[in-house]
Amino acid sequence: MTDAAIETVDLAKRYGGLTALAGLSMSIPRGDVFGFLGPNGAGKTTAVKLLLGLAHPTSGEARLLGASLSDPRAHREVRRRVGYLPELFRYQGWLTGREVLGLHVELLGVPRERWGNEIDRVLLFAGLTERGGSRVSTYSKGMQQRLGLAAALLGRPELVMLDEPTSALDPVGRHDVREIIRALKEEGMTVFLNSHLLSEVEQVCDRVAIVDHGRIVASGTFAELLAGDTVRLLVTSLGDADLSRFGRSDREGDWLTMRGIAAAHIPDLVAEVVRLGGRVHAVQPTHESLEDRFLDLLAER
Amino acid sequence: MSATLVIARLMLREVMRRRLVVALIALTLLAVALTAWGFSRIPTLSVRGVQIPEVQAKLIASQLLILVMFMFSNVLALSAVFVASPALSADLESGIALAMLSRPISRTEYVIGKWIGLAVLVIAYAVVAATLELLAVNAVVAYLPPRPVEFLLLLIAEGLVLLTFGLLLSTRLSGMVGGVIALVLFGMAWLGGIVGGMGAAFDNELLERVGTATKLILPTDGLWRGAVYALEPAAVLAGSLGAGPVTAANPFYAATPPPVAFLLWCALWLLGMLALTVWSFSRREI
Repeated sequence: MTDAAIETVDLAKRYGGLTALAGLSMSIPRGDVFGFLGPNGAGKTTAVKLLLGLAHPTSGEARLLGASLSDPRAHREVRRRVGYLPELFRYQGWLTGREVLGLHVELLGVPRERWGNEIDRVLLFAGLTERGGSRVSTYSKGMQQRLGLAAALLGRPELVMLDEPTSALDPVGRHDVREIIRALKEEGMTVFLNSHLLSEVEQVCDRVAIVDHGRIVASGTFAELLAGDTVRLLVTSLGDADLSRFGRSDREGDWLTMRGIAAAHIPDLVAEVVRLGGRVHAVQPTHESLEDRFLDLLAER
Repeated sequence: MSATLVIARLMLREVMRRRLVVALIALTLLAVALTAWGFSRIPTLSVRGVQIPEVQAKLIASQLLILVMFMFSNVLALSAVFVASPALSADLESGIALAMLSRPISRTEYVIGKWIGLAVLVIAYAVVAATLELLAVNAVVAYLPPRPVEFLLLLIAEGLVLLTFGLLLSTRLSGMVGGVIALVLFGMAWLGGIVGGMGAAFDNELLERVGTATKLILPTDGLWRGAVYALEPAAVLAGSLGAGPVTAANPFYAATPPPVAFLLWCALWLLGMLALTVWSFSRREI
């Protein structure tokens, strides 16, 4: 397999009769900030749990930083280089924030002389420096999520998996997390961001995959996903016509919808339709946002 | 430090922080003090105005000590169940396990680490409570049971059996459910021992088999009887032999030491249960 940070082939998970993940195949290059976007219950958390070995796949294969899921020893070792903030972030309430981080840094196998610095560094990153000495049971939900983020950054991992990292945060906290993700990218880390928040993904991710009902329905860079615009033409007298070189076309009655067309090519499209004998009554160009595309994709299914 | 020991230490730190250890120590000291006072009254007992002879006082002390130790063994058993039953399930329910098990640690290390932490607790409690009680009794009535170390080892084994069983249930059931199941079975094993004893007393093969079966399924009562035997002075054993097989039904009495085969079975049982716990937890979805 290639040198991808995450690679999955037909990864599937069924719980009894319920399909949580229906054959996920994807490859995420190292250094990417990758958005895994989908509505609640789409299978995003299941995918992360499978990748981290917390749940066992029903079928399929996956590699995390080159280590196969089916090789527990290699997978265990590779987790030294992976940070994870769970969607359900809970830490030992009877420990202080620093002690929780101390526990994780010890499990990571970081040399003891570096623990102090490492803990200070991530506390600062997560904005928790002043509360590091307090018991976690006294933390607000937002602070616990920040602690989880700090724990995920311990030991400078190569891959950070963040599952809905801003669910408990206020707007300032959300902004902080975006800044942290940008900083991680600059350090060359791969970030896997699970989210149902379009704006969050749109602002930080290089590439996204949109998942629904346990399947990827679209993936690529934003440019690819939103490639061009959409134009609707009201056309009569047009027979079967191959217009695929302009984009993805769809006909419903007399309406022809062309998605992913560059705005500059709309006159060419109209000319081609006319050349093929079509009579054009109306041309309605629209600019597509990620939200439109997201809703379109989910509606198509 | 290996991941297993990190988890073991975390488990110990949790019971310390939650003040379980402080509570146990305080109550144990109270119990030891109260029983020591009680034991100190034995030599002052008199029959028809005549103070009882020293031999009789020691005999009474030996029997009372078995009852007091029964109380301590129950506290140990209950504590082992209470701390082991939620040891894994609480981490799973709260979500703590998600963050912990995504680290470079195997499920086996996690389970064994928890077990070691709990075992240290059980052993420490058994050693401290039993030693304090024995020393106190020795100080006030100058009586020491014949085989105190053997007694202590069997008491610890009983605690470890329950702790392992509680931990196994904890891989699949919530702490409350697992705890109740473990305690009910512990009680049934005790009753099973009495049933088996009645079988021996009345020469009833079926009842004896029931006793043997419960001893094999959950060996707590068998170990308790072994511990009782280690507390019995020779005079008691000789006296009871005269009373015939009927004494076998007495749950605070043992006519014979625990067979070596049974002790081997207990060791196997512990290893098997621990392996089953690891297997069950490894297959569990987090």
